[in-house]
Amino acid sequence: MASPGRTAVTGKRVQLMATCLCDAFYDGVARATVEVLEYLGCEVVFPEGQTCCGQPAFNAGDWPSSRKVVRHTAGVFAGDVPIVIPSGSCAAMMFHGAVLEFEKESDLPVVQAVARRTWELGDFIVNGMGITSWPGRFNARVALHRSCHTRGTASSDAVAQLVGSIAGVTLVEFGEGEQCCGFGGTFSVGFPNISAAMGELKLDHVRAAGPDVLLSGDMGCLMHLNGLAARDTDPVRSMHFAEFLRDALAKA
Amino acid sequence: MKTQPIDQFAADESLETRKAVYEGSKIGHEKRTKVLFDHYGDPDRLRELAGDIKQHVVENLDTLLPAAEARLVANGAKVHWASTAESACEAVYQILKARGATKLVKAKTMISEEIELDAYLRERGIDSLETDLGEFIVQLDHDHPSHIVKPIIHKNRSQIATLFEKNGLGSYDDDPGVITQRARVHLRHKYLEADAGLTGANFLVAESGRLVVVTNEGNARFCLAATRCHIALVGIEKILPTDHDLALFLNLLARSATAQHLTVYNEFMTGPRGEGQPDGPDEMHVVFVDNGRTDVLASNCREILRCIRCGACLNVCPVYRQAGGHAYRSVYPGPVGAVLSPLLLGKRFPEKADLPKASSLCGACNEVCPVNIPIPDLLLKLRDKAHTEHVPSPGTPHMGAWALMSSQPLAWKAALAGGKLLNHLSTKLIPVPALRAWESQHDLPEWRGGEFRKWLKMRRK
Repeated sequence: MASPGRTAVTGKRVQLMATCLCDAFYDGVARATVEVLEYLGCEVVFPEGQTCCGQPAFNAGDWPSSRKVVRHTAGVFAGDVPIVIPSGSCAAMMFHGAVLEFEKESDLPVVQAVARRTWELGDFIVNGMGITSWPGRFNARVALHRSCHTRGTASSDAVAQLVGSIAGVTLVEFGEGEQCCGFGGTFSVGFPNISAAMGELKLDHVRAAGPDVLLSGDMGCLMHLNGLAARDTDPVRSMHFAEFLRDALAKA
Repeated sequence: MKTQPIDQFAADESLETRKAVYEGSKIGHEKRTKVLFDHYGDPDRLRELAGDIKQHVVENLDTLLPAAEARLVANGAKVHWASTAESACEAVYQILKARGATKLVKAKTMISEEIELDAYLRERGIDSLETDLGEFIVQLDHDHPSHIVKPIIHKNRSQIATLFEKNGLGSYDDDPGVITQRARVHLRHKYLEADAGLTGANFLVAESGRLVVVTNEGNARFCLAATRCHIALVGIEKILPTDHDLALFLNLLARSATAQHLTVYNEFMTGPRGEGQPDGPDEMHVVFVDNGRTDVLASNCREILRCIRCGACLNVCPVYRQAGGHAYRSVYPGPVGAVLSPLLLGKRFPEKADLPKASSLCGACNEVCPVNIPIPDLLLKLRDKAHTEHVPSPGTPHMGAWALMSSQPLAWKAALAGGKLLNHLSTKLIPVPALRAWESQHDLPEWRGGEFRKWLKMRRK
């Protein structure tokens, strides 16, 4: 899904949407996001009232519930600065899904305005701020899982470019890289057998490529893959790319 | 634990079938990608163009269909309109009956599966024989196709060799060459004995009345060469505006469906045998079939009518690869089927309202679709429709309480703090079905609700 015609980035002030997964489980990823953005000179504003992008109900088909959350979120993120999200999935919800479920709603323009200001983190750094290489060092063979909700957007290429530019990094490809990991939000609990089979297949491909670390821009994918791998004998080390960028800076 | 029917089907599927479907669809997808990107600098632009053309067709059927009819009639064909499956079957039956025909040879057509033509004709004493190798095997085995292009993707060659032996087509031999040869010999005589040939249509051009059928086995040509009467079942969405459009569509169809430059046999038929023409059927009948399509046209999912039945979305779909086509309980499985099959049911939509749920919404289907159908968006719209119509959905979590919590910052913060109990309680004690389903496959990460907010406050002091 292509991101919409977006408002160009002019200033350095951004609003951070941390995502519900980072709020509940992965505070380290939200911290790394702040540190990376601050390293780039951004002033990061964290609207306190934020909760979730509304995607769980949207995907479950309960659009009235989802719209309730989107309305709340659109209000919390009012303003005119970019909204930066360390998740391709939540970003796609804000710039595509929300617009779809508001097609017939009178406040569609409000949602569209939010959509135009929404950026996935990697896309924001590379295409919003024009940063195309990353300093520091990280000695690692890195596999990059291109999460599905960045299909058709510039995000995955942006992340590959940034990570690939770090001294010491070797990007490794793995089989069926274009295939979904099987998370899919509510899909993983409605279709646990298929979801897990998809995830195990992804893990097999990643293991076969033998990376030191698996990166993704979506903690949903990694929560699923890590949750599966935790029950295997051969766990896979994974990180959000924001953590990887932040850690590389330590050797800058 | 109750999961969705398609998930349960996949879990119960034999390893043999799973392997056959997974490998067949994976290879199909990989070859398609290679051939498209080897041949074209930017296949996505072609997909978008083809999508625009078919969307134009879908939105102008009210003028394109009469135009096509007028050309067909001028070309000497007879045109029939069928609003339901039964009326389509009846139209075919009446054509055969009027000729005293009792033996029909068929090229592969999914719409005949959709309207269940075989059973209808059999009950009326007409022997209808599938001549596409895959469909022939399906018919012999009293099975159903599980893929719209590769009907027997779910079978391996040893199963087929056993089937042939059981049906007197030679002793067990699973060499694909031998299997094909045996079917070929068997079918040759059947063409000569047949009274009429039936095909579908890949495309029907409005400006010329040109009916286009593509096959890789040449069996459609045999069906028409050996018989005096050609009946074509044509879904009303099969229209293309001009002959010129065929250049784009035949190239995209062959590459998307079977990774070929062009399908081996491309039949172009503008009417029955004319004066002075040596070959071809004396009669040509075109049966336009609606069977729910105008309802789809009236819905907010009408983009699905662009579909040219290439099967690329099935091949790429990770859910299809795991579950196989029969899991969808429909003639049209996979991503396209998950949209089309419930919609074609009209008021009986709830019977297949679970199909649109069978997707992680990964978007791969849209990425490969030669007519760029936004399948994930349509799946989501149908989930909304199912919810709005209160169709029960096992395995789908209820979202009302979540929405309340997620629109009240104080409640949200309380939940972030309260969730820490998850780290100390056995989650087995928590009777939330979604959590049970998650824990059937995964560990839950440590709950660290609110930690980020604390960190942010600390460092900003």
